[in-house]
Amino acid sequence: MGNKQTTFTEEQLEAYQDCTFFTRKEILRLHARYRELAPHLVPLDYTNNPDIKVPMTLIITMPELKENPFRERIVETFSEDRQGNLSFNDFIDMFSALCEASPRELKTIYAFKIYDFNRDNFICKEDLEKTLNKLTKGELTPEEVTLVCDKAIEEADLDGDNKLSFADFENMISKAPDFLSNFHIRI
Amino acid sequence: QRRPNRRQAGGRGGAKGRGRGKKPASDDEDEDEEDEAPRGRRGANRKKPAKKRGGDDEDESEDEPPKRKRGGAANKKKGGKAQDSDDDDSDVGKGKKGKKGGGRKGKKEEEEEETKGKKGDGKGKGKDKGKDKDDDKDKKKKKKKGDSSNSSEEEESMSEGEMARLMEEVEEKKKLIANIRNKPWRMQRRLKHLKEAQEFVDKFEGALGKGKGRKWYAYKVMMTKKWIKFQRDFENFRTACIPWERKIKEVESHFGSSVASYFIFLRWMYGMNLVLFGFTFGLVVIPEVLMGLPYGSIPRKTVPRAEQDTAQDYSVLMDFNGYCKYSVLFYGYYNNQRTIGVLKFRLPLSYLMVGIGTFGYSLMLVIRTMAKNADVGGGDGEDSDFTFAWKMFTSWDYLIGNAETADNKYASITTSFKESIVDEQENQKDENIHLRRFLRVLANFLITCSLGGSGYLIYFVVKRSQEFATRDDLSWYEKNEMEIVMSLLGLVCPPLFETIAELEDYHPRIALKWQLGRIFALFLGNLYTFLFALFDEVNTKLEEEQAIKNASIWAMKEYYANYSRLMNDSEATPPPMDPADVIRGPCWETAVGIEFVKLTVSDIQVSYLTILIGDFARAVIVRFLNYCWCWDLEAGFPSYGEFDISGNVLGLVFNQGMIWMGAFYAPGLVGINVLRLLSSMYYQCWAVMATNVPHERVFKASKSNNFYMGLLLLVLFLSLLPVVYTIMTLPPSFDCGPFSGKDKMFDVVMETIDLDLPAFMGTLFSYAANPGLIIPAVLLMVLAIYYLNSVSEAYQNSNMELKKKMKMARDEEKNRRNNADTTNQVMKDLEDLLPNRSLIPPDPPEPEKLPEPEPKPTKTKPGSAGKGVNLQKDVALASPNPNARAPVSRPPGPRGPGPGRGRGRGPPPR
Repeated sequence: MGNKQTTFTEEQLEAYQDCTFFTRKEILRLHARYRELAPHLVPLDYTNNPDIKVPMTLIITMPELKENPFRERIVETFSEDRQGNLSFNDFIDMFSALCEASPRELKTIYAFKIYDFNRDNFICKEDLEKTLNKLTKGELTPEEVTLVCDKAIEEADLDGDNKLSFADFENMISKAPDFLSNFHIRI
Repeated sequence: QRRPNRRQAGGRGGAKGRGRGKKPASDDEDEDEEDEAPRGRRGANRKKPAKKRGGDDEDESEDEPPKRKRGGAANKKKGGKAQDSDDDDSDVGKGKKGKKGGGRKGKKEEEEEETKGKKGDGKGKGKDKGKDKDDDKDKKKKKKKGDSSNSSEEEESMSEGEMARLMEEVEEKKKLIANIRNKPWRMQRRLKHLKEAQEFVDKFEGALGKGKGRKWYAYKVMMTKKWIKFQRDFENFRTACIPWERKIKEVESHFGSSVASYFIFLRWMYGMNLVLFGFTFGLVVIPEVLMGLPYGSIPRKTVPRAEQDTAQDYSVLMDFNGYCKYSVLFYGYYNNQRTIGVLKFRLPLSYLMVGIGTFGYSLMLVIRTMAKNADVGGGDGEDSDFTFAWKMFTSWDYLIGNAETADNKYASITTSFKESIVDEQENQKDENIHLRRFLRVLANFLITCSLGGSGYLIYFVVKRSQEFATRDDLSWYEKNEMEIVMSLLGLVCPPLFETIAELEDYHPRIALKWQLGRIFALFLGNLYTFLFALFDEVNTKLEEEQAIKNASIWAMKEYYANYSRLMNDSEATPPPMDPADVIRGPCWETAVGIEFVKLTVSDIQVSYLTILIGDFARAVIVRFLNYCWCWDLEAGFPSYGEFDISGNVLGLVFNQGMIWMGAFYAPGLVGINVLRLLSSMYYQCWAVMATNVPHERVFKASKSNNFYMGLLLLVLFLSLLPVVYTIMTLPPSFDCGPFSGKDKMFDVVMETIDLDLPAFMGTLFSYAANPGLIIPAVLLMVLAIYYLNSVSEAYQNSNMELKKKMKMARDEEKNRRNNADTTNQVMKDLEDLLPNRSLIPPDPPEPEKLPEPEPKPTKTKPGSAGKGVNLQKDVALASPNPNARAPVSRPPGPRGPGPGRGRGRGPPPR
């Protein structure tokens, strides 16, 4: 309670509430979590927007992300410098996009970014293979991997360029029954 | 200082629009492309345009995947705006009015849908309408102006058009504030835009007299959030109420959905039996225990004198004789008092009703579950278009935060991929169809032969056992011949069937169904012999009973006579005879009940021991002897066991049949069964996780468990028959059970109708029982069934049709998005061929050939999956010179994966 005044100003909290799907309490809790990761780095006082970044190695130790096979990608996607270092803004952004209230469109966009490993704005075969190997911990044989990737592209690729553009991806994911329930992190 | 700024912005927009208007922008797409250039410029000096456009175009400055789509939306919007600006050129005032109308209209629509992509459309539409309603707008505007002029003097000098633009911008900003969290921007940017937008709104909101409803909106948002949370919690609670979800998930993740389907079936059975248990115990057993006469009060509730010495021996109790036999567990214990206790509970009636209700409830439940499954599952799991893509992108649960769960999830994802791969390979397999057919026919022939053989063997053995029954000098083998033969058959036949089924080479899921059906047929023989033997026994008991009844009455008389003789006092009423001494009948109902209970218990023992020895001991041996053995035990011969789905499912189904048949004669049987299912759940879950290995080809269970349910329904019907037969035709025992003393068991219903219900009900029932009423009722039902059947058939047809249409639409979409030449490869080929042909035989092929290709490109590609590819092949064959197809610039390659999904492709790369 006491740190409510010292951590953020009212305007900041209002702004964060407008920009994310979190309530004031959740924002403060997120800040606490963020600070927990690197207590020596992150100050308690955020009223003057200090430019502080927490490296990826620390972020992915969070229990919410620890077991996720795509944790590096998630963090990279949301980090502004694309290296995986997260400022508090990025941090809160990440959990806002992944929280339950965020709409399907937003999640689709971020999911696409996460699965686009090489950041060429297409999910190509390489990306699929990486995804698959992460999902199965490399338990499938190379032939099976190729088969699955081929099939996946064949299913979802509408414009015949053998890779998935965002439109393809969106079209595919919009019909998926459990995308919304699975693609969220509760914090 | 505000106005110039705004003016500047407006001017810029206008200028831009004008500039574009001059360009030869006839085509929409052209316009879009040209849009890129000014946007780039504007991206450079970010702030002002951002302010003006609600930041939509900012999207483009960052390279993000949604760029295309969002860009498209923005483009559309700009297109609309640009057109507005074009109007500006010709008639400034009118155009601006129109624009304002457009803005407001669009806004209204947007408020409803809140999707950004449609903005442009809404605006475009709105614009057209807005023009028509110029006059209305004018009036409104004037009003608005009047309001605003009060608040700020500067506004007065503003032209109407600017006013309108301001309105639009404020609205846009507000929307931006509301939606800013939905934008895929960096937080930094979001914060900045938010700030700007808020400032803007604060500045001009007062001017335009809006800004109410914010509270209401916040309240609404809060309520929706609460509601969502409540729903989530409720959902969580509901799923938490389903038992063993995690256990089954764990099994599923390691062994695939087929093994899990057994456990789900087991759980379903448990649920059903729990309800049956509730009925039986709540309405029969507990009232009897609480309100009925206590043990030892009457003969039927007392162990006879002759058995009393051994009644507590372990072996006797294990055979359900002694005290067990004379307990609430069995039919014979219940008294035929019409009402018991202070509540006047009609126990006999309740007993009959529960007996019949058990069947009614089970039937209803099975059928309802089947219907629901059919509703959900439909086909055999090949329904979705995106099997692999969905698995790939949506199967990981981001909520998982526990290492063990994560491991399970990895395993389950791998398993599910493997399942789908098996399905896919099965689809792609193309083989010698004739050989396959021949082998399948052969396999079925062999299996029919062996089924027939075992059927005859059973018949033969039963016949012989009847012969033996009359003789006493039997060897051990001859006594147990039937059991031995039955268990041998049960031991030998299933593996035999499995071996024969190898010939057929079905998909494992279908193979499982066949296997289940075949073993089921075999087990029916088992059931038949059992029932046969039972009815024999009942008949002999019934004969015996007649004799004993007389003896019993005679003994009673003798007792009284003796008593009066000993007392020398014929007047005194003798004390009642000790219930243990009364001679009693064989009570065939209890005998039947005991038979079923024994069977169930031995079944439990056998199945548990099988698991312990067949799986656990084997696993232990394989595991630990492997260190000192000459070959690899784990990979080689004994290996670990696989989970026997068919055997377990059938065991469960037949066990349930026993319960249904026996429950009427042994109310305690349901309780035993509940215990069995409960322990079996834990025990088998443990066993499967600890000792078994996954199947070689992990396969996906069909979505609906309807095959299991179908077997269950069949068994239910089969077990219904004997019970109903006995209730309706056989006379109940004279001295035991709730119906003793009546001619038929259902007389108790008549009695209730006569005694407890008002008289007119009795007449009503007698009318209802009139054949003249029953026959039309049956007819009506048959007609209803016929009607419903045909209706469902029609629905099924239309369903298929719809599915086909959906597939067609999908293919069409694919094709449309595909490059035009690649899509119409076949067309091209045909066209190429046409002139050549027309040269030689001028008339016949042309008119026939042409109309065929014509409808195709327009009217989708109906059979493109199969037909298109084949057609292409044919054409290629027919083509005299493949090199002559020069004009086709694209190789046919990329088209392969397109429409001919899964079928047109060659075998998978192995």
